[in-house]
Amino acid sequence: MGVMKRFSGIVQAKTNKLLDKAEDPRESLDLSYQKQLESLQKVRRSVADVTTAKKRIELQATQLQGQADKLQQQAKAALTQGNEDLAREALARRTALAEQLSELQTQHQQVAGQEQKLIDTAQKLQTQVDSFRTKKETMKASYTAAEAQTKIGEAVSGISESMSDAGMSMQRAQDKIDGMQARAGAMDELLASGALTDLTNPVDDIQAQLDKASTTSTVDAELAALKAEVGAGAPPAAELGAAEHGDAPS
Amino acid sequence: MIVRILGEGQFTVPDDHHEVLAKLDDTLAQAVDDGNEAEFTAALSALAAEVRRAGEPLADDAFAPSDLVVPFVDATLEETKGLLAESGDASGSDDR
Repeated sequence: MGVMKRFSGIVQAKTNKLLDKAEDPRESLDLSYQKQLESLQKVRRSVADVTTAKKRIELQATQLQGQADKLQQQAKAALTQGNEDLAREALARRTALAEQLSELQTQHQQVAGQEQKLIDTAQKLQTQVDSFRTKKETMKASYTAAEAQTKIGEAVSGISESMSDAGMSMQRAQDKIDGMQARAGAMDELLASGALTDLTNPVDDIQAQLDKASTTSTVDAELAALKAEVGAGAPPAAELGAAEHGDAPS
Repeated sequence: MIVRILGEGQFTVPDDHHEVLAKLDDTLAQAVDDGNEAEFTAALSALAAEVRRAGEPLADDAFAPSDLVVPFVDATLEETKGLLAESGDASGSDDR
């Protein structure tokens, strides 16, 4: 049998490293139990690591989403001002962000999947370790039986194999997270530098253009109001113009 | 015989199922050698499905080493090859 036999060998090699050569097989039961408790601790820590990685991705996704929403509003504001080019620019950046966001969502699903698997692994191992604790005392008590030694050996090998499996599952999760952490770090840098969106600054360039346009239109409106006010009394242009050219404005 | 699916658990599979599993395993080994991701995924799922179908999950208080081990079912070909490489060479089949 090709692949299954090969994997059997891989797991066996890992399991052998977990086995102690105790003089008294009864002692190997206690030694193994100590290792099982350590394994459980490691799996739990690994679950915590995966959860942390997942939260980091969630945080980044929230940041990106907030920026995408802001760009959407800016596009709308630009259109209201009649600046279609600026609206187009805002939407283009929003599209780029949406791609990043979709990538983050894929990563999030993968990490959440790993998290669930590790939680399952931890639960299963916990159940087995609990059973083993009970069983080892029974085995010690019946140790005088001729076949007890073989049984103890099998039980210790069996549960050690489960620890190897859990160890390999942890390694997988860790490898996946390591790759994602590197990408998450790069994303953090991009977000911090503003290269992605320029939106980490309170006032980005799109906002600056919108603000400028808004200021201009406010000034225009105030100017118009002032013209109307002054015009209601005596036309200033007429007065000024009349002084020099003598003709009234139309 | 006892078969472990990595990341999932152990199953007691009737011994007369050996040939069926061996055939599925050969297909898997071939896919690994060919480096065909789609075939690999299909063969691996088929093998695991057969172990689950024909086997009974081993009780949590039954401790026994496995006779055969099925790789992580959701692993990629590359990941699986990586594990095989740890044990020697990365080909799927034994030298026969």
